[in-house]
Amino acid sequence: MAQKALGAEVAVRSAPYFPRQKKRISSRSIGIIVFLSICALFFCIPLYVVVITSFKTMEQIRQGAMFSLPSVWTLEAWDHAWNSACSGINCNGLKVGFWNSVQILFPSLILSIAISMITGYALALWNVRWAGGFLFLLFICAFVPFQIIMFPLISMTAAIKVYGNIWGVAIVHAVLAMPVLTLIFRNYYKDIPQEIMNAAVMDSGSFWKIFTEIILPMSGNILIVVLIMQITSIWNDYLIGVTFGGMGSQPMTVNLANLITISTGTTRYNDNMAAALQTAIPPLVIYFFVGKLFVQGITAGAIKG
Amino acid sequence: MPQVSFEHITKTYGQVPVLKDLNLAINDGDFLVLLGPSGCGKTTLLNLLAGLLDVTDGRIMIGDRDVTDVDPKDRGLAMVFQSYALYPTKTVYGNLKFGLSASKLPKDEVERRIAWAAKLLQIEPLLDRKPAHLSGGQRQRVAIGRALVKNVGVFLFDEPLSNLDAKLRTEMRLEIKKLHDTLHHTIVYVTHDQIEAMTMATKIAVMNGGVIQQFGTPDEIYEQPANLFVAGFIGSPAMNLRRVTLSVANGKTEAVFASGVRFELSDYRFMTPPQDGTTVTLGLRPEHFLVGAGTAADSAATFEVPVQYAERTGPDASAYFVLENDLLALRVEPAVAAGLKPGQLVPVHYLKGKAHLFDAQTGQRM
Repeated sequence: MAQKALGAEVAVRSAPYFPRQKKRISSRSIGIIVFLSICALFFCIPLYVVVITSFKTMEQIRQGAMFSLPSVWTLEAWDHAWNSACSGINCNGLKVGFWNSVQILFPSLILSIAISMITGYALALWNVRWAGGFLFLLFICAFVPFQIIMFPLISMTAAIKVYGNIWGVAIVHAVLAMPVLTLIFRNYYKDIPQEIMNAAVMDSGSFWKIFTEIILPMSGNILIVVLIMQITSIWNDYLIGVTFGGMGSQPMTVNLANLITISTGTTRYNDNMAAALQTAIPPLVIYFFVGKLFVQGITAGAIKG
Repeated sequence: MPQVSFEHITKTYGQVPVLKDLNLAINDGDFLVLLGPSGCGKTTLLNLLAGLLDVTDGRIMIGDRDVTDVDPKDRGLAMVFQSYALYPTKTVYGNLKFGLSASKLPKDEVERRIAWAAKLLQIEPLLDRKPAHLSGGQRQRVAIGRALVKNVGVFLFDEPLSNLDAKLRTEMRLEIKKLHDTLHHTIVYVTHDQIEAMTMATKIAVMNGGVIQQFGTPDEIYEQPANLFVAGFIGSPAMNLRRVTLSVANGKTEAVFASGVRFELSDYRFMTPPQDGTTVTLGLRPEHFLVGAGTAADSAATFEVPVQYAERTGPDASAYFVLENDLLALRVEPAVAAGLKPGQLVPVHYLKGKAHLFDAQTGQRM
């Protein structure tokens, strides 16, 4: 009897407790952590060297200790790279290329996004004859390497008198981005319920009015995704810039390459590192400000809302 | 003069015919319900009228205007969709206003109409809200409002209540009925819900397999189903349909069940004279049965059948009996249903003059 009561008491007391085993890091997750750490170091070590070198003086660099921190922190290299580094015979620094890149970026962005957005809208939501065939063609085009069509593009841009200036670069960017961007917009718009489109067709029936009043306001998420993609790819592009920019309108990347591949005198590592960082920073700033929206945009179409 | 008419409408998707030589005319002020199971072509027919689909063959008239090749916005129609189809980035006001964007009205007229519709539908406090911040019923009101502001003669409804819960559905049903009674618009309303059809319609077109099975008032459809499909589709529980043999002898017409029960049909108004010995389908409505003894005088037949089970659906109850290895559904008083024990043998009478007969081969009413 007493034993039974005791047992009951123990049971009552222990009832609310559900002790759980302490989680131990398994060997598998240790493996993953090590692998990821190596990956991270793979990116971080060069970045570390680039950043600290850009703040060093040439004297310290010549001493050779690559990983040591600058003995004197200086912005001299940054200033020199921006204002007076030589690219060929022009010694106006990287800022020339920067402003060229900015001037290329905006028309390229507007042109490529506007054209592909409207094409995607038409293909997804209106009855376009041969839309299927057109989509297939776009799909194929998305896989054609730029190098293959470079020469025809040069003579085409020359024929419409835009070769060698900013508009040439912008138009080529827009043309090359169009297949992928059109497919992205088309797939995004395909998820808009048919009934909304039917209602709009009965209410207004106007292609442009429906686009500007109904569809465009619904495109916020995908616009951010495409904007980031395009800013990054246009800013980081080298080949289109060097091919179509001519002498006067080469983008920052071309400017940077000329600046680094200088063949006379000693290599000014600190200038080169600073210049590389200056070229890389603008897309980073964009990521920093809209990165959060970017992630939202990517998953926006994933679940039907 | 018919307000809307479909003339020899054919619609095929690729090789698949959906509608074939369909004719239908709707009078001004009619509330027509297109009723049928999924895939019967009722929504296709509505979309053809709206202009959202192109007809393969035939002609659609609205008033005396041939609208077959007219743009949807120019047809003088307004439509309410199943999913409401509100523009998510616009406020309620913006939604109503966009409904008028094709009409190029002066600004004060636009304002006047929006104010009128908002007042009529009691959505005035919601005008500044986005659709995401509205309940299902409110969204449906806005969708109806967007159609109302257009001030057109013909309204199209595509299963507008099927996304609402049961209580709201009943409320909105009355609301739409009330709107029709006040505004007298011509309405074409698509649904698969027979209660909506029976309660709201002035005319019902029952469709199946792309063919209009019967076109008539709700009473005609219910009382005089034209064929087996309509008979089985309308009514809940469904009409009991049984194979019987006709017996015409000594001036008496009877239907003979396999089990030998004789069903009196002398008062049935045959469209063609009955032939002795033909197999026909007899349709018996669940509500025309009487359970219990003592009412045999005005009954067409009496069955002695065992109870299978009874269920109460609220104010009504249904009881199921076994007749010739098949269930026989009856509507009974809840008090009676409560007294029925499974397996118990009960006499069941069917009222005189309430039977339906269909040709066993063609399925047409006899």
